[in-house]
Amino acid sequence: MSQIHIQNGRIIDPANNIDRIGSVYIADGKIASLTNEPAGFSPDTVIDAGNQIVCPGFIDLSTRLREPGQSRKATFKSETAAAASAGVTTMCLQPDTVPVIDTAAVAELVKDLAEKTGYQQIYPIAALTRKLEGVELSSMLSLKQAGCIAVGNASQPVQNLLILRRAMEYAASHDLLLIFRPNDYWLGNKGCAHEGAFATRYGLPGIPEAAETIALSHCLELVELTGCRVHFGQISCKRAVIKIHQAKKYGLNVSADVAIHQLHLTENDIQPFDSSYHVLPPLRTDADKNALRQGLASGTLDAICSDHQPHDMDAKLGAFPETEPGISSLETLLPLMLRLVAQQKITLPQGIAALSTNPARILRLNSGALTPGFNADVCVFNPELSWQIDAESWQSQGLNTPFWGQTMTGKVTHTLQTGKLIYRQGE
Amino acid sequence: MSSNLQLNSEGKLKHFLTLEGLSKELLTEILDTAESFAGMSDSQVKKVPLLRGKTIVNLFFENSTRTRTTFELAATRLSADVLSMNIATSATSKGESLLDTIRNLEAMFVDMFVVRHAISGAAHFIAQHTAPHISVINAGDGQHAHPTQAMLDMFTIRQIKQDFSTLRVAIIGDILHSRVARSQIQALNTLGAAEVRVIAPKTLLPAHVESLGVTASHNLTEGLKDIDVIIMLRLQKERMTSALLPSESEYFKCFGLTEDKLKIAKPDAIVMHPGPINRGVEIDSKVADGPQSVILKQVSNGIAVRMAIMAMAMQTSAAAPGRSAIVGSN
Repeated sequence: MSQIHIQNGRIIDPANNIDRIGSVYIADGKIASLTNEPAGFSPDTVIDAGNQIVCPGFIDLSTRLREPGQSRKATFKSETAAAASAGVTTMCLQPDTVPVIDTAAVAELVKDLAEKTGYQQIYPIAALTRKLEGVELSSMLSLKQAGCIAVGNASQPVQNLLILRRAMEYAASHDLLLIFRPNDYWLGNKGCAHEGAFATRYGLPGIPEAAETIALSHCLELVELTGCRVHFGQISCKRAVIKIHQAKKYGLNVSADVAIHQLHLTENDIQPFDSSYHVLPPLRTDADKNALRQGLASGTLDAICSDHQPHDMDAKLGAFPETEPGISSLETLLPLMLRLVAQQKITLPQGIAALSTNPARILRLNSGALTPGFNADVCVFNPELSWQIDAESWQSQGLNTPFWGQTMTGKVTHTLQTGKLIYRQGE
Repeated sequence: MSSNLQLNSEGKLKHFLTLEGLSKELLTEILDTAESFAGMSDSQVKKVPLLRGKTIVNLFFENSTRTRTTFELAATRLSADVLSMNIATSATSKGESLLDTIRNLEAMFVDMFVVRHAISGAAHFIAQHTAPHISVINAGDGQHAHPTQAMLDMFTIRQIKQDFSTLRVAIIGDILHSRVARSQIQALNTLGAAEVRVIAPKTLLPAHVESLGVTASHNLTEGLKDIDVIIMLRLQKERMTSALLPSESEYFKCFGLTEDKLKIAKPDAIVMHPGPINRGVEIDSKVADGPQSVILKQVSNGIAVRMAIMAMAMQTSAAAPGRSAIVGSN
């Protein structure tokens, strides 16, 4: 197999506490060394990473690639290209595909689709309940054996707490991680925006923070009762950050992530009735955004996810409440993380850890680090390079981003997945 | 964007979607223009040729009698050709079908859409996507805005009270679900009312209601003190089944406007209601039909105000006569 030498880059590998200029030697798809050139090393590719950052490839805890079932929105081909161009080398796929990933057969189908694109590391999340209906348990063990990395109910709440308890007990029996987006169905009240000044002004049904914090509190109680490992996805409000902080301090085995756009946008940014801002959980207040940023800096929130949800034009073409929620966000993941660094909200190693080391730890993957022997998942990026979001630069089939037309700073130049160059800027 | 969307490059009205972002001067111009039309209703000849040859489509995705009728009359009196369409909505109707409806009607050489829709933002959506020569008038979208209703209410208030700056106005009832209340609040604040007070139980007030520029009260007896204008809102029956209120009778007991309660307000306070009235639920018949009620006046004023808004919006998109011509036709 090929050998690759990445030289002159600033290597940031939070897992191994490395931040220095140097070389990464890759052989046979693995990280060979970060120090000495291995004996007999004869690279067929040399990447000059001068003035660039070399770090572990990003691991995204929540994506939707829209296949199977919704290829008019996006395909594995389009979205893995977007992921590769964004430095993302591992993706967890939410189970709300059509059909739902609730049987081993669908999980196998997803793996097959992934294999055909040549993008290796797509891990389906198994549905926690059949059809995500929150009524019957899915065949979690079969799903695990078919390659699912965790279980979850995507955006669908499990309304009945007895069923949630049993699902968590069953998941715990098979040592499965539950990826849980806290969202109380009834308090959510079919809302489409944060229950605040924006929703009030524009007459939109609102979703209070309590819809998140109450579901979170219920789940935390059940963590204690069942011993299930739980990762909370897409935390959106200050009070949820406080609750997670308390739970961790208390000693519960939980982790949490935040979607990248929640760290930058609030209800005040929403242009009236602009459906590109329609996302769930909704964009909340400045106080929430600041608490999410602090939570990330303090480690209460372990990871940043893209919560990538590409849509076709029609899905976003309508009056705000009638449009489908979600933002196409893989390609803004890195520049928006770097914006937090530029604003001195987090350090660069913290940002990289939130995108690689920490998700790997949550998923118990031997990746997210440049440790010799690990798969060579590597991202090389130019932190200074500015680029504009437009039809030419954008890879995802979903054009639904509120950042459309804006200039981003920070661009991936090379992405390696298991030692294979899956993206090189300008090609 | 929403505020700019409805004005042309010269700052003139192009669409009429919301009162947000419209200046006091523009609102006053609407009221003045409406005044010039108001006299017409009493005269023998009730028509002016301002919109002759124009086609106006009333596109009602939600049922309405009063609003649709006054829009029809207003358009007829401006000599426009009017087509009213009632389009039943279903839960599955999506933006695509809304857009398709608009596209089909555009193809029939329409000049103006008057739109009522159950979803907030529908009129904005249509204005954004319709052909550039077409004006869109919002006749009520979801829980967002009902700007022509608010303007006819302002017209009625001005007729009786003249000056807004000294007025304390109470809006009573289901603020949460009311597009009328949202537009009234914006109008009153823009026109400089001394105070806008909303009175309702917490279940019928939106979160952070103060951010709209109002004071809130949960007690009718306290809330009516010093009030010059009382605006009652209609209470929908479904509020009882969705656990927002226990019963109509308890609501009437707490928030229903009776003769006794009315005495708490200023002696010359006027009572308004956008209709249709639920007698014995939000308002006692004696008050609704009493001397302080201006409810029917509101209905009559609806025609003149809608004529003014339609004429002003069409002036920007076509070579229609200027305002002087409108006033001159009086």
